[in-house]
Amino acid sequence: MSNTKEAKKWFLKGLRDGIPIAAGYFAVSFALGITAKKAGLTWYQATLASLLCNASAGEYAGFEVIASKGSYITMALITAIISARYMLMSVTLSQKLSPGVNTPQRLMVGFWVTDEIFGASSTVPGRLNPHYNYGLAICSLSFWALGTCIGVVTGSILPPGIVTALGVLLYGMFLAIIMPEGRKNKKVGVIILLSMALSWACSVMPYVSKLSEGTRIIILTIVIAGAAALIFPVNTDDGEGEK
Amino acid sequence: MKHNVYIYILIMWAVAFLLRSLPLTLIRREIKNKTIRSFLYYVPYVTLAVMTFPAIIEATGNPLSGAIALVLGMVAAYFGAGLFPTAIVCSLAVFIAESFLK
Repeated sequence: MSNTKEAKKWFLKGLRDGIPIAAGYFAVSFALGITAKKAGLTWYQATLASLLCNASAGEYAGFEVIASKGSYITMALITAIISARYMLMSVTLSQKLSPGVNTPQRLMVGFWVTDEIFGASSTVPGRLNPHYNYGLAICSLSFWALGTCIGVVTGSILPPGIVTALGVLLYGMFLAIIMPEGRKNKKVGVIILLSMALSWACSVMPYVSKLSEGTRIIILTIVIAGAAALIFPVNTDDGEGEK
Repeated sequence: MKHNVYIYILIMWAVAFLLRSLPLTLIRREIKNKTIRSFLYYVPYVTLAVMTFPAIIEATGNPLSGAIALVLGMVAAYFGAGLFPTAIVCSLAVFIAESFLK
């Protein structure tokens, strides 16, 4: 298959796989829009923030900083703490792309790293075609921006029950991404269950539970994935299928 | 001191963008080290599992409806339901459970 054809195929697949992400984003960003409105942002400021930042917890914290008139330094630090996990995701994706992928393409993949897009793209078999990320991003993040905008303008049009149910779509998607590998590779299955258990433990433990969710995610990821790598090193030729 | 909303947004964008794109643009070569490769292989599964639980039971009105969604979602995904079907199973489970649990 030619490169263009391959790119088109992955782009379209991205658009399709982006649909459940889009639905979940719409619900979550809707709630985010309500926060933005409370922080005093206009609909176009909030939409601009969503188009540029593509981050739920990050934007939420950012709007809180704006609401409390925090300093620019505070804004930079809070954003860095909450977004630090994206750096780890970016390292993982750097190994998933073919070394020949150029800088503008890498910057675009980077710009659109979100938890969900990372989840969907980092687990494709073999090399990652950046066009898959573009498809995922364009489909889902337009609804992210749209949801934020509508959230600011309308406050609340959807009944809370519907918003809650839609918000859970994203977690369902995470499960759909991790469980098949957990079934194929029992070690991954055990690690998934262990990760959930430790994540719960850290959310109720004294001191640790006071850390921001973003920080807890990074610490747990480094500790658990690090231990797993030492105890169950992956043979480069199997498992991840990176050929 | 009066703060400008656009500068706030610019800072949010710039910091997050730097963190997201630096490794992608700077690490061009394939990492050969087996431990690092293994670590990166496990990262998505650990991160997504950590982000899903206990968040899923905190996101719902009633923790029980979130727990039902989690179990049904895990079963559906284990048996090969794709992204969209699994997401719908979780969402419907919450919607139905919450209408009973009020």
